[in-house]
Amino acid sequence: MRRVMPIVWGITVLGVAAACGGSPPPPPPAPQPNPDSLARVEAARRDSLAREQARRDSIERARREAEERIRRMREDSLAVVRRTTEEVRGMLAAMIHFDFDKSDIRPGDAQILDQKLAILQANPNLRIEIVGHADERGSDEYNLALGNRRALAAKQYLVSRGIAADRITTRSMGEEQPIDPGHNEEAWAKNRRDEFSIVAGGDVLMKPPGM
Amino acid sequence: MNARRRLATGLGVVALLGPAGLSAQDTIPPTEGVRVGITYTPGLRPGMLVLGGARRELLDSVRAMVQRDLDYSDRFEMITLPGSDSLVVGPAAAGSGTSGGRPFVNYPLYGALGADYAVDVADRGDSGLVVVVYDVKGRGVRRAVRLAVTDVRDPDFRLKVHQASDELVRAAAGSPGIAATRLLFLQDDGRVYRIDSDGADAVPVTPAGVKAFSPVWTPDGQRVIYTELPAGRLVVRDLQSGRQDVVPPTTELLNFAPAVSPDGRVLVFTRSGEDGTHLYAYNLAERCCLQRLTAGRFSDNLSPTFSPDGRRIAFASTRAGAPQIYVMSADGTEPELFAPFDYGVTGSSYAPEWSPDGLHLAFHREVAGAYQVFVMDVASRTVRQLTSAGRNEDPTWAPDGRHLAFVSNRTGTRQIWVMDMDTGRVRQLTRQGGTRLPSWSPRLSLTMNH
Repeated sequence: MRRVMPIVWGITVLGVAAACGGSPPPPPPAPQPNPDSLARVEAARRDSLAREQARRDSIERARREAEERIRRMREDSLAVVRRTTEEVRGMLAAMIHFDFDKSDIRPGDAQILDQKLAILQANPNLRIEIVGHADERGSDEYNLALGNRRALAAKQYLVSRGIAADRITTRSMGEEQPIDPGHNEEAWAKNRRDEFSIVAGGDVLMKPPGM
Repeated sequence: MNARRRLATGLGVVALLGPAGLSAQDTIPPTEGVRVGITYTPGLRPGMLVLGGARRELLDSVRAMVQRDLDYSDRFEMITLPGSDSLVVGPAAAGSGTSGGRPFVNYPLYGALGADYAVDVADRGDSGLVVVVYDVKGRGVRRAVRLAVTDVRDPDFRLKVHQASDELVRAAAGSPGIAATRLLFLQDDGRVYRIDSDGADAVPVTPAGVKAFSPVWTPDGQRVIYTELPAGRLVVRDLQSGRQDVVPPTTELLNFAPAVSPDGRVLVFTRSGEDGTHLYAYNLAERCCLQRLTAGRFSDNLSPTFSPDGRRIAFASTRAGAPQIYVMSADGTEPELFAPFDYGVTGSSYAPEWSPDGLHLAFHREVAGAYQVFVMDVASRTVRQLTSAGRNEDPTWAPDGRHLAFVSNRTGTRQIWVMDMDTGRVRQLTRQGGTRLPSWSPRLSLTMNH
């Protein structure tokens, strides 16, 4: 509102000056605008505005698209990382199993441990815990010692292949935490196991090369 | 074989019907699932008659408990009557229960019923309840025990009655019974419970939500030591105050299967770690001086138990292959194989517990794919097998040195059973869920009743 005032004043001053000029020369004939040229100018002006707008729009669109692309790429790669981490976690969690009253690594289970070995090598900040379990057939107290031996057997396998011993902690739950509550060989076979869990460094996990 | 005498009486006629005894609901004949080295001859034990009397809640409760305690002491031939109302054999018929006058004691009748001792529970008015054991042959009072209970809802009621029962056993048999004791066990909800020796009154003693393991009593009967899983730490819990301590205070390793020396000063326990499973000693009295007792790598040494003189420790060890029972000095020196075995023939042996008199070691051993309870005579080192039906394990001694509690799955679930070594009689102690890892208390005093 304020900004309008000087213009109003200006017009008033001009008007007063004209009125005070004595006998003024006849005013030149007011130029008659050529309607055609006005329209052309107007059209040109509109065109130019539209072009400008279009140019701006297209830049904005391009910018948005680029952002969207980057966002999607980032999301995709996050999803990839997440998926990979999940996959590696799954491999890491794979249990190994034992014969009755034994703590030797079964030949078939060595592959499962080799996978964990590669994962530990590919993820130097990763620390894990191994918990040994037993079935209900052995003595209750003895089974804690047996579970301890089973956890140590898996740790020994990994440490002897170059993993630092302080990256692996071991524990035993004896027969106190069966995953199958049954009282038959099928249940017992499942319960004689080592479980593996992440203690630290497992937020983002790399897949070992070749997996 | 079940050597109780059932009696039928009518119009003053007393008839002995022979050995078809009234079997208590929770007992089974000793022939079932049990084999003992001693052959028991019925009739060598003194006959015991618990007299009837005034029918009042308090008196009836006391009578029922005393009757059961005397029965479970396995020292007596319990003389049971066919139906409690059909005959009142007791001083009550002659006016007992009144404070005035001498109670009439019908010695000839009790003698005719086969009783060597008769027990009467009487209300002496202002002086309270008294439990009297009469010597039938000697025609006199053998012992009178005052019983300071006025209400069955008294929290000390059961322990007081059990203590009176133990005194009666002492008076009649020469050494006290085991009624005033309790057992700890692990229930399948992961909590440790205590239960009275007669199988009543199971009460949790560890917090809900904590997975407990291997509970034992301290020798004073005031505290319980158990392992908390998965942390693997040993917790000492004062039963009266509920106060808990972790011993040794800091460790990340797995500590379990504790045993406390008879003087209460030393805690020996099992620790599993990188070197295998070993026994350690910790000075409980001064809270210091952790010391490893067993040597070697990669062998398992577990389940320690002190000899009653505190000088030796028996334990299970895999140092020669399959687990067997070893003994060493309390400082860890001079370990030796203790229970004899034939290499490759004798089954693995576990969980030894030294009897309170020092004469025996109880343990369990694998026989034909199942565990059975064995007892070894420490002096002669001969072993005998006590059980044969189902899986039987983790024996624990009563303070009388003749009763053993153990875990058996003979009914389908793991429950705790009590066996009398002398008679071979077996009774079931627990019935709920699954119960295991029993530990029998010393005789308890009233201050421990919380």
